[in-house]
Amino acid sequence: MGEARKVLIDPLVDNNPVTLQMLGICSALAVTTSLLPALLMCVALTSVAALSGAAISALRHRIPNNIRIIVHMTIIASLVILVDQLLRAYAFETSKQLSVFVGLIITNCIVLGRAEAFAMKNGVVMSFLDGLGNGLGYSVILIAVAVLRELFGAGTLLGYPILELVSNGGWYEANGLMLLPPSAFFIIGLLIWGIRTWRTQQVEKPDYQIHEVHRTEVF
Amino acid sequence: MPEKKDFDRDSISNTFIVAIGLSLVCSVIVSSAAIMLKPVQEKNEEEFRQQIILDVAGLMQPDGNIEELFTAIEPRMVELETGTYSDTIDPATFDALTAAGDSELGVTIPDDKDIAGIGRRAKYAPVYIVKDGAEIDQIILPVYGKGLWSTMLGYLSVAPDGNTVRGLRFYAHAETPGLGDQMDKEPWRAQWVGKLIYDSTNEPQIRVIKGLVPANAPDAVHMIDGMSGATLTGNGVTGLVQYWTGPHGFGPYLKTFRTAEDG
Repeated sequence: MGEARKVLIDPLVDNNPVTLQMLGICSALAVTTSLLPALLMCVALTSVAALSGAAISALRHRIPNNIRIIVHMTIIASLVILVDQLLRAYAFETSKQLSVFVGLIITNCIVLGRAEAFAMKNGVVMSFLDGLGNGLGYSVILIAVAVLRELFGAGTLLGYPILELVSNGGWYEANGLMLLPPSAFFIIGLLIWGIRTWRTQQVEKPDYQIHEVHRTEVF
Repeated sequence: MPEKKDFDRDSISNTFIVAIGLSLVCSVIVSSAAIMLKPVQEKNEEEFRQQIILDVAGLMQPDGNIEELFTAIEPRMVELETGTYSDTIDPATFDALTAAGDSELGVTIPDDKDIAGIGRRAKYAPVYIVKDGAEIDQIILPVYGKGLWSTMLGYLSVAPDGNTVRGLRFYAHAETPGLGDQMDKEPWRAQWVGKLIYDSTNEPQIRVIKGLVPANAPDAVHMIDGMSGATLTGNGVTGLVQYWTGPHGFGPYLKTFRTAEDG
């Protein structure tokens, strides 16, 4: 049970796919202008990651090595189309905002990475939990970024006004930068900084060490 | 694998079995999902289309009931060639794209006139008339044509003078996100409002140009700013608006409004 817990909880902070492994940044920029599409994207990605992990794990003894990536892609793509169809039927407005990004889950590094690194080597239940955990790790970051962007960019959360905008007679001047893609970079950068200050073991060793060279050593 | 190697998963036969089996299973799952969810999706699309009509007419209210609001709009069928109303077809069930392919209801568009890139069109088309009391307030025309990647389907709202644009909105397209899809985003589409479609010779002149409209251009009233990075989408929009307002599209129908105005 301890291991299952670890597989599920670890990706939330300690091994977060976005802030530690730097995966899935593309969609984190694109769908986080407001909270509702971000939430929907989280549900879509988490369900695809969990179900594809379970499916690939169940087939892992049969999948031939030389076509394994294609097999992964086929399974993931089918699940993504399924999710996309469901969203179009039951969350039509928001699915229009998500446009291509649901489809792009197929090439999301987190999903493919977990399939290759975990599901091919572990049991069905564990792979399901691993997909779920990584999906939730992605969701934590996405939701945090979306909350900040919608709150400070539009003064609302899920469309409900929180900070009264100047244009509606309130006091808050909306920060338009927050609605543009670069702000997601800044926020993710700050989040990574915050997490690494809190969990110092995540700090990477510098690639180069600057040290003084004395002229006498050179000659 | 813990069990004995009685089974070689890398063998050619297993590769084929897995590849074919997986393709079959996945295709069954995907296609059955698509078929089962189709009715719900179509209802959504239809509601969205009505919402766009309301939107281009400026009648959309947040949280309004679309079906209820839509009763304010009077759909009529127009025979395009003569520009007269026709009551032989019910506009509610008419599907322009299916009718275009029909040998009875559709006609082939001559190549030199097909600036919208659609090949065929229906002989009839619905128009949506918005009235303010007894007076016609605006006429909403369905327009569609090829963009860069996709067929763009939308609605053009025209003032009762048969010349002034009141709005242009699209309800379906697959143009490049971030570039071509600006054509359905607020700052760009707002420019259409108040532009004139026809010049003095009754030719549709309204068009998307390259770059910004020069402030002192003599026919700036026909010109729309280009979208950077989306010239071909812009050309597509020009083509479809000019086709549908032209002599082969709603030209004869809109002309009845302009002559009524003159007389």
